[in-house]
Amino acid sequence: MDSITSAASVVAAGLAVGLGAIGPGLGQGNAAQGAVEGIARQPEAEGKIRGTLLLSFAFMESLTIYGLVVALVLLFANPFS
Amino acid sequence: MLPNFAALEVGQHLYWQIGNIRLHGQVFLTSWILLGALLVFISLGTKKMENDPKGLQNLLEFLWDYIRDLARTQIGEKVYRDWMPFIGTLFLFVFVSNWGGALIPWRLIKLPSGELGAPTADINTTIALALLVSLSYFYAGLSNKGWRYFEYYVHPTPIMLPFKILEDFTKPLSLSFRLFGNILADELVVGVLVFLVPLILPIPVMFLGLFTSAIQALIFATLAAYYIGEAVEEHH
Repeated sequence: MDSITSAASVVAAGLAVGLGAIGPGLGQGNAAQGAVEGIARQPEAEGKIRGTLLLSFAFMESLTIYGLVVALVLLFANPFS
Repeated sequence: MLPNFAALEVGQHLYWQIGNIRLHGQVFLTSWILLGALLVFISLGTKKMENDPKGLQNLLEFLWDYIRDLARTQIGEKVYRDWMPFIGTLFLFVFVSNWGGALIPWRLIKLPSGELGAPTADINTTIALALLVSLSYFYAGLSNKGWRYFEYYVHPTPIMLPFKILEDFTKPLSLSFRLFGNILADELVVGVLVFLVPLILPIPVMFLGLFTSAIQALIFATLAAYYIGEAVEEHH
C-alpha cells in the first residue's frame, strides 16, 4: 500500500466512526430522556420501558456499528491496497 | 508475563483448502465445539423429564417460554408455532456463539494463523444466518398467502414498490452487519484494552461486552421474527 492510500484510509476510518457516532448519540440521548420521563410519570411501568429502551438503543447503536464496519474494512481489508 | 488473552488479528484466518474453496477453519472449529456443547446441554436437560422441573430442565423450560413469547408477539397467534423452532435455533446459536467467544479463553490454544473466537465475529457466519432469515420470510409469505404475498409490495400505494424491493436487500445487509460489527467491536475493544492495561481495567468492559452480546442475540431473533410476521400478516 502506498503512503497516500494508507493515510487516506486511516483518516477515513476515523471520520467514519466519528461522524457516525453523532446521530446515534443524539438519538440515544433523546430516547433516554423519554424513558426517564416515562418512568418518573409511571414508575410501575419501569420494566417494560427498560426493555424497550435497551432494544431501541441497540438499533441506534447499530448505525454507528455500520460506520465501524466501514472503518474496519478500510484498516484491515483495504480494497485499494 | 501474563498470557495474551486477546489480540488484534482481524484479517488473518486459518485457511482450509477444499477443492477451489478456501474456508475460514477457525470459524468451523469454534462453531462445531459450541454446537456440540449446546446439543449436550439440551439433551441432558430433556433426558429425564419430570412433572415439576428442576435444575437444567427448569432453565430449558424458561428458555422455551421466553422464545415462545418472543415469537408470539412478533409473528402473531396464528402461525407462530410453525416458526418457533427456527427463531429458537437462531436465538440459541447466536447467543451461544457470542458468549462462547467471550467466555472461553480460546487464546490459550495456539493456531498456525488467525485465532479462535466467536463464530459470529466472522462476516460469513452472519451473512449466512441473515440470508436464511430472508429465505424463510419469503417462504413464510408465499406458503401462507400464495401469490397474494406480493400485494405487500404495493400495499398502501404502488409508489412504495421500489422502496419495498430495496428493503428486501437492506434487511439481510443490516441484519448481518449489525451482528458482525457488534461482536467484532466487542472483541476489538477488549483486545485494545488488554493491550494497553492488562490488569483489572478490561473486566468492566468485558461485562459490557457480555451484555451487548446477549442483547444482539435477542435483537437478531426479534428481527427475524418480525420480518416473518410482516410477511404473513393479513392486510385488510
